[in-house]
Amino acid sequence: MQQEAPGSAVISLLVDNESGALGRIIGLFSGRGYNIRSLTVAPVDEHGLVSRVNIVTTGTLSDIRQIKAQIERLVPVSRVVDLSSEGPHVAREMALIKVVSSGEPRTEALRIAEAFRARAVDTTASSFVFELTGSSDKLDSFIELMRPLGLAEVSRTGIAAICRGPQTIQNN
Amino acid sequence: MTPKTASAPMAAQTTTTLPGAEVLMRALVEQGVEVIFGYPGGAVLPIYDALFRQNHIRHILVRHEQAAVHAAEAYARSTGKVGVVLVTSGPGATNAVTGLLDALMDSIPLVCLSGQVPTALIGNDAFQEADTTGITRPVTKYNYLVRRPEDLAATVHEAFAIAQAGRPGPVLIDLPKNITVGNAPYKGADEVKPRVGKVQVEPDRDAIVRAVAAMKNGRRPLFYTGGGIINSGSEACEGLRKLAKLTGFPVTSTLMGFGAFPGTDKQFLGMLGMHGTYEANLATHGCDVLIALGSRFDDRVTGRLDAFSPDSFKIHADIDPSQINKIIPVDQPIVGDVGRTIALMIEEWEKQPAYEHKAELTAWWEQIEAWRALDCLRFNQDQAPDAIIKPQQAIQRIYELAQQTGRDTFVSTEVGQHQMWAAQFFKFDKPNRWLTSGGLGTMGYGLPAAVGAQIAHPDALVLDVAGEASTLMNIQELGTIAQYRLPVKLFIINNHYMGMVRQWQELLHGSRYSESYSDALPDFVKLAESFHAKGLRATRMDQLDDVIREALAHDGPVVVDLCVAEGENCFPMIPSGAAHNEMILGPEQEERGAKVTREGMMLV
Ligand SMILES: Cc1ncc(C[n+]2csc(CCOP(=O)(O)OP(=O)(O)O)c2C)c(N)n1
Ligand SMILES: [Mg+2]
Repeated sequence: MQQEAPGSAVISLLVDNESGALGRIIGLFSGRGYNIRSLTVAPVDEHGLVSRVNIVTTGTLSDIRQIKAQIERLVPVSRVVDLSSEGPHVAREMALIKVVSSGEPRTEALRIAEAFRARAVDTTASSFVFELTGSSDKLDSFIELMRPLGLAEVSRTGIAAICRGPQTIQNN
Repeated sequence: MTPKTASAPMAAQTTTTLPGAEVLMRALVEQGVEVIFGYPGGAVLPIYDALFRQNHIRHILVRHEQAAVHAAEAYARSTGKVGVVLVTSGPGATNAVTGLLDALMDSIPLVCLSGQVPTALIGNDAFQEADTTGITRPVTKYNYLVRRPEDLAATVHEAFAIAQAGRPGPVLIDLPKNITVGNAPYKGADEVKPRVGKVQVEPDRDAIVRAVAAMKNGRRPLFYTGGGIINSGSEACEGLRKLAKLTGFPVTSTLMGFGAFPGTDKQFLGMLGMHGTYEANLATHGCDVLIALGSRFDDRVTGRLDAFSPDSFKIHADIDPSQINKIIPVDQPIVGDVGRTIALMIEEWEKQPAYEHKAELTAWWEQIEAWRALDCLRFNQDQAPDAIIKPQQAIQRIYELAQQTGRDTFVSTEVGQHQMWAAQFFKFDKPNRWLTSGGLGTMGYGLPAAVGAQIAHPDALVLDVAGEASTLMNIQELGTIAQYRLPVKLFIINNHYMGMVRQWQELLHGSRYSESYSDALPDFVKLAESFHAKGLRATRMDQLDDVIREALAHDGPVVVDLCVAEGENCFPMIPSGAAHNEMILGPEQEERGAKVTREGMMLV
């Protein structure tokens, strides 16, 4: 078997909102040794009966295909798409980033935050909490820039993803 | 737990409301359940009470919950029906876990009902509380905790549908005591639209066309058949016979597939894989078209992956899309019911231009016959009356003498060398007759499996070919056998070793037989007698046939202690991590040493 280079993939799925459903998905990943880089989950239909789960995982193309096939076997899962292989998609995440500093680093942090369009959602004399939404790469580089400027704490949501254009997870 | 199916509002005026345990009984009866294998306890007392007050369903009281699951597995495997298990909460449920995983690995449809503490106590570490749905999630196809009475009936119906849909498997329903005691509305199966996931039964026509085109192009073709064909049913087995006759191609089978194609047919090469036959493995290695039907390229079958059937065009038909390209990349996948796949292949074979490679196929058969001529299973048995019996001899004679009875015969096994020898020496001409733990390799499977098979087929001959170590893992089932007067024949191939472990230690660990000697064994004859069965023993060649005959003729349970040679190894053998053309053969055959690699040692 030739080994393709492992890459990252975004898998979105719809699952009945029942107790244990998330456990099934996570258990599948841990039990089969697949990697979860990030995972988000929330109900998405009007009655709150169906949740959407977005998982960022890594693997070769055949790993990802296998992951998708394994998820498809789960009874409460009604739809699975590998957004990274099925046309263009948008993936966004939000982060709250706490920076504790004063003087020149503090001014510099604020300047960079403006350039990134991060909002200061909490401000004290010695700290900021910035809220930043965007691609994971953008969040990564912002966090890297904050590191020497008093980066104290990071909280990230993990990505929410959706395909571009008129198609939906239901008809794609 | 909120199955969509169960949350629809009830039509109040037409709904029958009954105690939950009775709703459960009704739903089971509606699902055609005739037998439950179970063991009572506090959390399931309401269900046992409902069982007591009805007479549609027979309950078989096992002696350990693991055995209940294995018995239900064999019941299911030998009848094609869903096996049903009933266990209490906590230890009852945890004892069932091994059996559930066994059923999951071997694709056996089961519904396991477990008791649970009342919903109000869940999470409080109540007496005999276990997080049963949490514990059993990875060992079931699906599981439920019934939290609302209105979900009960629908859950049962859905569980039976899921157990059987697509690739079959075990489903567990955890039943809190307040749900079985309190009233619940009844719902018929026709009122429920079960979620069974995405099951593609009908194969894609184009895939069949391409597969058959590849088969027509094959000069050295091979069918590699598995348990999926048996799960698909008798039509699939009939179809396979027809397809094989039509094409003239050789057929090999996995451990789980025995009987789908007649074991005595000339076109059958025997089992492939780790302890498969020389001809089956070399054919797998050398074929140019490999047609996998309801099999899953298990590591016991493939050996070293990069050397598995290196030159073949691979067709893989399976109802479970996640099996395709999982281990071996294939050239032509076919997702669908394997019975339908076979039927369409037959149609397509007749439609496409005639097969043009008859001459090459004949040459392929000549090659296969040359391999077969090695007679890879031949062993050397000293025929002197006082000679030590070889385990192979014992198993071969059990097969031959059972055959001579002319009776419909079901064979279960435990796990170890005896299992592999039974797989090599027994030939099955019909499906559903071979009951063995393939995927999980569960020691202790065989005796409860024999119980399940004998309950399902009271007039059949049911044998358990056992090892002395394995059989002690569920020996308590002799009690069940006695209680229900099941004429099961337990043949213990007693080599005083965990033979398979000893064999690996000999081959891989410098003959350091660490903890693999079966010390302090019971006297199996006396053991049999204490369980109201007949006990027999053979220690020398001149006793072997007589003892087997006597056991087979006895109209009741028999335990036969067949004391055999201790040091025999099961050959052929592809050491883990070796290729199919690197088989180790027995002393009777030419030695073609394969080196066991370090990587192979890890594959165990
Ligand atoms: C429950 C369980 N524990 C351990 C093993 C590992 N194992 C596989 S075969 C075997 C030895 C079986 O010995 P026996 O039943 O005497 O059969 P033999 O190989 O001697 O024919 C063991 C320990 C297993 N398969 N199942
Ligand atoms: Mg033994």
